[in-house]
Amino acid sequence: MLKKLIAGVLGAAVVTGATYETAQAEDTLYVPSLSYRTGPFAGAGVQIANGFSDYFAMLNARDGGIGGAKIVNEECETAYNAQKGVECYEATKGKGALVYNPYSTGITLQLIPKAPVDEIPILSMGYGLSAAAKGETFPWTFTYPASYWSQMSSILKYIDANGGVKGKKIGFIYLDVGYGKEPIPLLEELSPKMGFEVAYFPVGVKEMQAQSAQWLNVRKERPDWMVMWGFGAMNASAIKEAAKIRYPMDKFIGNWWAAADVDLRPVGESGKGYIGANFSGIGTDFPAVQDMIKHVVEAGNSQADPADVGGVLYNRGMFNAVIVAEAIAAAQKATGKKSITGADMRIGLETFDLSEARLAELGLAGFTAPIKGDCADHEGAGSVFMQQWNGTSWDKISDPIAPMTDVVSPLLDAAAAQYVSDKPEWKTQTCN
Amino acid sequence: MFYREAGQYNTTYEKDMQVFPIKQDKIGIAIWLVLAYLFVPFFGIPGLEYGFAMNAIMIPVLIFTITTIGLNILVGFTGQISLGTGAFMGVGAYACYKLTSYFPDVNIIVLILASGFVSAIVGALFGLPSLRIKGFYLVVATLAAQFFLEWCFIRVGWLYNYNASGAIEVPQREVFGWIVTGPSAEPVTRYLVVLSILIFLAIIAGNLTRGRIGRSWMMIRDMDIAAELIGVRPLTAKLSAFAVSSYFIGVSGALMVFMWLGAAEVESFDVNHSFLYLFMVILGGLGSITGSFMGAAFIWTFPIVLKELGKSWFGINATVMENVSLVAIGVMIVVILIAEPHGMARLWQIIKQKLRIWPFPH
Repeated sequence: MLKKLIAGVLGAAVVTGATYETAQAEDTLYVPSLSYRTGPFAGAGVQIANGFSDYFAMLNARDGGIGGAKIVNEECETAYNAQKGVECYEATKGKGALVYNPYSTGITLQLIPKAPVDEIPILSMGYGLSAAAKGETFPWTFTYPASYWSQMSSILKYIDANGGVKGKKIGFIYLDVGYGKEPIPLLEELSPKMGFEVAYFPVGVKEMQAQSAQWLNVRKERPDWMVMWGFGAMNASAIKEAAKIRYPMDKFIGNWWAAADVDLRPVGESGKGYIGANFSGIGTDFPAVQDMIKHVVEAGNSQADPADVGGVLYNRGMFNAVIVAEAIAAAQKATGKKSITGADMRIGLETFDLSEARLAELGLAGFTAPIKGDCADHEGAGSVFMQQWNGTSWDKISDPIAPMTDVVSPLLDAAAAQYVSDKPEWKTQTCN
Repeated sequence: MFYREAGQYNTTYEKDMQVFPIKQDKIGIAIWLVLAYLFVPFFGIPGLEYGFAMNAIMIPVLIFTITTIGLNILVGFTGQISLGTGAFMGVGAYACYKLTSYFPDVNIIVLILASGFVSAIVGALFGLPSLRIKGFYLVVATLAAQFFLEWCFIRVGWLYNYNASGAIEVPQREVFGWIVTGPSAEPVTRYLVVLSILIFLAIIAGNLTRGRIGRSWMMIRDMDIAAELIGVRPLTAKLSAFAVSSYFIGVSGALMVFMWLGAAEVESFDVNHSFLYLFMVILGGLGSITGSFMGAAFIWTFPIVLKELGKSWFGINATVMENVSLVAIGVMIVVILIAEPHGMARLWQIIKQKLRIWPFPH
């Protein structure tokens, strides 16, 4: 048994060695995707990964890639596990990876210090370290289109516009890990300024699907609004519990990771009225999504269930791919090369311009608020809009709400300074 | 034919008591050491890209070997069971992080070895129930330790210096002018540090288990009442096993974060990882240091190999292979528990015995 095993291991080593050499060909753009189609958060991971890869497949099929270079999109399965994330990073970075989209806060935190050393930028779109929005401190990390703090400030603005926030009590229910606790400093900062009170309801990872205790407390505290920072199985359970205590659904707002089709489908009719924040358009009405259906899904080259195309997370994965594609195009223009490197990609991520006109050109008019790459602002000043669940699907109910940059920015500065405070060797950049 | 000890005479007691009394074993170990110190640092693993071979295979395997040796001391040698391994690794990691924040100029390798003592104290504390309870009840008690410590890692902001991210991030540290931690540390430096610590600890573990302390552990494992009757104190034996085991596990936790991951959240220390380490012990062989090496290497590389095989031979995507490897490891544990309860270490013993009498088996 042992001998066969050894033979197998050696054989595998030889075979993998062979595949590593063939990966790099002429004029290709290699974009790895650290996806999770298995593990605790696979429900969300599958949708994101499909949207991401289908957009690149569509560009390859329709336009022959970007600027004449084909995109090679390789997935590596992380199962949302930070240790597997390292393995995937090591397995893909040698093949000329242009940018990493880890879709996991844990993996993002591991990669942030590696990015400047390996010269491969990270695009953590709407997750990861909020402080990374400060481009001068974090030249290699990007958080387009908005950080968690910006998102929370937009949600508060929405509450303020719908009945005022002064004198109200806001309940904050969150997954009790780094991700969930992220917006707390902002709430602490803003509650005296805007005159509201906050009640905290942490949900441990192990009790994600058994939240009756938390919701009993919600009933006791009677908050006027509930805001949720949840993920995965936590979201549906929370909405079910809220329905059980008859909490008014139209006063319950989930952040952009707590407002997807997969979260609300198990709840169905009883979740009617639930509000979610989002930054990527919903539905299949956009010409770009139509192209994806035509060139990829109907051609049988997609792993996606046709019913999921146009869903919240599918479209978000696609939006991530759009930013990457735009940045690649910008980098190609800036360097005049077809096949670019990670360092060129960083320039692309700081100079791309996703204006209204460009969005329309891409077939994504009204999909999202315009974003512009910038050296100092790696957040792109994107806005979120609100959507509401009607029992079977989402309806957009607000225009993009700009974040309170004046409040968020100093907090981000402080957090960025704290991050580098014990790292004297950290490399920053100066923008003019 | 191989492994024949005929003609090798031991003329002193010291010679008779050696860890590797047979000449062939000595040669074998020397070959492994030469490979580990002279071949791998320069060439990695043939056929694999260097960075991948180091960062994704060699370094984690060596670190998990330390974990497995530690857990094996508790489970294999002393017969106590623990599901708190992940959390005890966390204790080591957080302790090292705090120590290096307070004493940034102290040699990081010293701090890594010192952080094991914090883990040892915590381990001994949670080992106290083992004096009264056994079996399933002890499992529950160690599970409680796991959850309690995880809760601490999230809730006690002091442990992660109140970082906004809630994670511990490894600062850059130098030893004698070489960068050993942080993103700029070369894989080969980190590999050599981990390898040397592993060898140092493995020698200690090997000698501990052969000596008086190890024998008292094994007596407790085999029959605690009989052991007590002939003068082994269960209190010292069990608690020392918990302490030593947690020391190893704590050091490996600190190494995992400082030499490998670079940053860690509580998720890296959760109960799923505890199970993984237990599988390494079971597959490798209960009560065997050699088995710990095999178990850790096997459990860690198996999914990677399977993923690559699936992709390059059959064109199966990684998602399917991920599930296949979970199923395969599950099946393998059941099969090994039934067919060969002493794991891969025992298989190696059988092979050695076969080689000894080959080609004339009678």
